[in-house]
Amino acid sequence: MSAPPRRTTYREAVREAIREAMLRDPRVFLMGEDVGRYGGCYAVSKGLLQEFGEERIRDTPLSESGFVGAGIGAALNGMRPIVEVMSVNFSLLALDQIVNNAATIPHMSGGQFAVPLVIRMATGSGRQLAAQHSHSLEGWYAHIPGLKVLVPATLEDARGMLWSALEDPNPVLIFEHVQLYNMEGDLDAAAGPVPISGAAIRRPGRDLSIITYGGSLSKCLAAATALAAEGIEAEVVDLRSLRPLDDATIMASVARTRRVLIVDEGWRSGGISAEISARIVEQAFYELDAPPARLCGVEVPIPYPKHLEDASVPQAESIHAAARTLVRPGPA
Amino acid sequence: MSEFRMPSLGADMEKGTVVEWLKQPGEKIARGEVVAVVETQKGAFEVEVFEDGVLSEILVPAGAEVPVGAVLARIDSGEPKPMAVPAPRPADMPAPSVPLPPPPRPSPRPAGERLRLSPAAARRAAELGVDPRGVAGSGQGGAITLADIEAAAARAARPSGEKGRRGFDPAAMRQAIASAMARSKREIPHYYLGLPIDMSRALQWLAAENARRDVENRLLAGVLLLKATALALKEVPELNGFWADGGPRLSTGIHVGWAISLRGGGLMAPAIHDADGKTVDLLMAALRDLVIRARTARLRGSEMTDPTVTVTSLGERGAERVYGVIYPPQLAIVGFGAVRPAPAVIDGAVAARPTVYATLSGDHRASDGVSGSRLLAAIDTHLQAPETL
Repeated sequence: MSAPPRRTTYREAVREAIREAMLRDPRVFLMGEDVGRYGGCYAVSKGLLQEFGEERIRDTPLSESGFVGAGIGAALNGMRPIVEVMSVNFSLLALDQIVNNAATIPHMSGGQFAVPLVIRMATGSGRQLAAQHSHSLEGWYAHIPGLKVLVPATLEDARGMLWSALEDPNPVLIFEHVQLYNMEGDLDAAAGPVPISGAAIRRPGRDLSIITYGGSLSKCLAAATALAAEGIEAEVVDLRSLRPLDDATIMASVARTRRVLIVDEGWRSGGISAEISARIVEQAFYELDAPPARLCGVEVPIPYPKHLEDASVPQAESIHAAARTLVRPGPA
Repeated sequence: MSEFRMPSLGADMEKGTVVEWLKQPGEKIARGEVVAVVETQKGAFEVEVFEDGVLSEILVPAGAEVPVGAVLARIDSGEPKPMAVPAPRPADMPAPSVPLPPPPRPSPRPAGERLRLSPAAARRAAELGVDPRGVAGSGQGGAITLADIEAAAARAARPSGEKGRRGFDPAAMRQAIASAMARSKREIPHYYLGLPIDMSRALQWLAAENARRDVENRLLAGVLLLKATALALKEVPELNGFWADGGPRLSTGIHVGWAISLRGGGLMAPAIHDADGKTVDLLMAALRDLVIRARTARLRGSEMTDPTVTVTSLGERGAERVYGVIYPPQLAIVGFGAVRPAPAVIDGAVAARPTVYATLSGDHRASDGVSGSRLLAAIDTHLQAPETL
């Protein structure tokens, strides 16, 4: 912890995490579309093929069901695979492998087989990749018992969650928001594995809790800064994990602030925000001073044009406005 | 034994909070004495009793919010009387709500209406022993929030010797004005008249009068406008009073509501009683007193309910003309713009004369333009003879 922090990006932090895992454990390998020669479609694995060779950095055919299934098989047989799926939209092709095999085998085998598999995928909008590459479906996976669903939103978590996920005997899905890859910041030179359970309070506040994760975290923090200028102190809770959800941290925050705004890019109907809202009402009803509010993606396929894409998901301005309405109802 | 009820201190007042009791049970009270301070959307008002007697029992503690008409206290007047407060003057004010549940904590909400109370507020109310039914909500859709409950508890806990909260909430005042003015425009068919009045004589008289007075006894032009209006109303009584029970109810007393703008926003028009019978000196003193008390929230409840007409004078820096909105249930509002030099035709020649533009907004249900014209003409006539004012 003595080395000074260094300037880096989320992309480099993920790459560092993969390198560390490869160096620490010979059972670890990376597999996915274009991860080798192309360096990853978001350039996360650039240079790793040269460093680790084709045995451990494996380009796959365009067959999500095939290579995710191969990853499950490798995990069952003692390996520690990291499978990269290019986008959460494409992961639907591997849904049978993930939901019917990875999530169920430990259960159906009576605990005889663990599936220590990590699947990384890109999620979210903001790169003008239109409706087949931009959705936020991580909330769906949070529905599935047997999976763990991680949503790193910071450099520390991008750097630290992978190793902890590989150590977990269960299949773990890590969702990397596409807008975060270029995010720059300072990372401790000694940064390493972090716990993969538990939400984090990224900003303390007394007037309302903004609960969010992934790509929306920085927007919520920007909104909180703007709110502070109006005398509204927002507490920003970064969920970090969508399954399991850290009920204790959520409820403790709500008990402090008594008002809650849940922000996520996914669609509102049946989304993860609905689940969080329901839990708050179930567990912290008597703490509430206003109905829980949700700010979610507009219920349309993510549009291609930049202005429509921006308008289709929560932004700092709309988060700011929703939070203000919650704390100061009526005319401003 | 009679009942002292939450008075209606304005056309759109539905409820009020007892801020402070100035008399305690067992104390003797005299007609006209201030017994309590009541807070409404328009600020805090001192409320008088209308009979002699002994305050026998306080039913609503300081801090509690109750609807208009709720019994606040019982007065032992030595003889059976139905009520301590006369029926609110304008008959279309909310009637004293009948039969109220036994105090101490009456409900301002009609039976059956669901209370919008946040869960946190509900629990806190139970802890603090606050009845949420007596609390106004500031949350979404008027929901009662935790802060509302804690504020109510703090008000209730305030020692009775301590002065109540004075001043007003500009947002609440805005709401009060909004509802009164919206009601006026919804219900009252206004007609509008205007008349430029030559102020040369009045101002000359005023200048001569003020020249021989001490600074503190000097008169303002506004007091002449006030007196002239009061005298004119005596001659045209059909514009002085209220619209009540589907018809005009004229008033014999001319109690002019003088519009006073408050610092920080908002407006009040408290009464100058029997303005037609007061000398300009008395009116001047009354005006000064009213302005100070309006701005320090020391007005009496009766001063809010008594006006039989409103006069709004924009003063020297105001606009030329004001077309007022009648304060319901009054029948008229008289407006005066700024006094300005204006061309006047005198003996066939144009001359510049100091002129005030007088306007009248009248309730066409109660009077017609002919009456309104007579009123403006009478004001003009009185202003041409300032020495008689």
